Amino acid sequence: MKNNLGHNLSALASGLVFGAGLVISGMTQPQKVLGFLDPLGSFDASLIFVMLGAIAVHLIAYRVRARRSTPLFSAKFLVPTRRDIDAKLLAGAFIFGAGWGLGGYCPGPGIVSLAGGGLPALAFVGAMLLGMFVTIQAEALFARRKADAQARAGEPPRGQTVTS
Amino acid sequence: MHDFTPISALVGGGLIGLAASILLLASGRIAGISGIVGGMLQRTSGDVFWRTLFVLGMLSAGAAAALWAPDSIGASPRSLPSLLAAGFIVGVGTRLGNGCTSGHGVCGISRFSVRSVFATITFIAAGMISVRVITWLGAGS
Repeated sequence: MKNNLGHNLSALASGLVFGAGLVISGMTQPQKVLGFLDPLGSFDASLIFVMLGAIAVHLIAYRVRARRSTPLFSAKFLVPTRRDIDAKLLAGAFIFGAGWGLGGYCPGPGIVSLAGGGLPALAFVGAMLLGMFVTIQAEALFARRKADAQARAGEPPRGQTVTS
Repeated sequence: MHDFTPISALVGGGLIGLAASILLLASGRIAGISGIVGGMLQRTSGDVFWRTLFVLGMLSAGAAAALWAPDSIGASPRSLPSLLAAGFIVGVGTRLGNGCTSGHGVCGISRFSVRSVFATITFIAAGMISVRVITWLGAGS
C-alpha cells in the first residue's frame, strides 16, 4: 500500500458520496425500485436514468485509468479481467435478481437504509450478511475438497511422513 | 411518491459514478457493494479497514438523509418474512454471481465487461419475473 491515509480517506469519501447518490437517485425507496422491476404494472423508468448517470460519469474514470500505471494511493489497480460467461455467473445473477424483486432492496440501498428504514432494512441486511457468509464458507469448503481430491488422484506429496 | 423522477435519478446516478471513480482512481478498487461487504466477512482478505470505512461512509449518508430528508428513505412494502428471505437470497446470489447492481450494473458496464453485461441483463430480468410472480400470487406483503 503506497499511502494508507489517502487510501482510507478515499474509501470513506467514496462511501459517503455513494450513499448520497443512492438517496438522491431514489434507490433507497423500495417502492420506486419495485416500480422499475414491474414494466407490466406501475412502471417507473427512473432507475434507467440512475444507471445512465452513473455510467456516464464512471466511463470518464476508465479513460483516465487507461493513462495511469497505478492508482493515487495504492500499489495497483485491482480490476476484474475475466471474460468467460459461466453458469455460476448467470445462476448467481438470477438468484440475486429474484431476491431483489422479493425485497425491493439491493445491497447498497439496504445498507444506506439502515439508519431510517427501520426493521425492514435491518431484517434484509442481516439476512444478506448471513447469506454471504454461508456462501463464502460453502465455496471455501468445496475448494478444499476439490484440492484434496486432486491431491489424492495425483502423486502423493513428497517429503511427508504418513503417521497412522 | 414513486412517480417518474428522471432529473434526481440522473443527478444521484452521477454521484454514484463519481464515488466509484474516486475509489477506482485513488485506491484502484471496484465500488461493488456486495464485493466490499463480502470481503469483510472473509478471513483471507487482509484489507478489512478500508472496507469498513467505505461502509461507514454509506451509513453516514443514510443517517444524514434520515435526519434531514426522512421521506428519502422508504420502507419496503414487503412483509418481514419476505425481507428475511430476500436478504438471504441476495447474499447468496451476489456471492455466486460476483457482484450486484453496483459492481456489475455500474462499474462493469462502464468498462464494457462482457460478464457484467450478461449479469446485469440476467438480474434485471429475474427481478422483473420475481415482481410479476409475487404480484400474481398476491404474496410478499
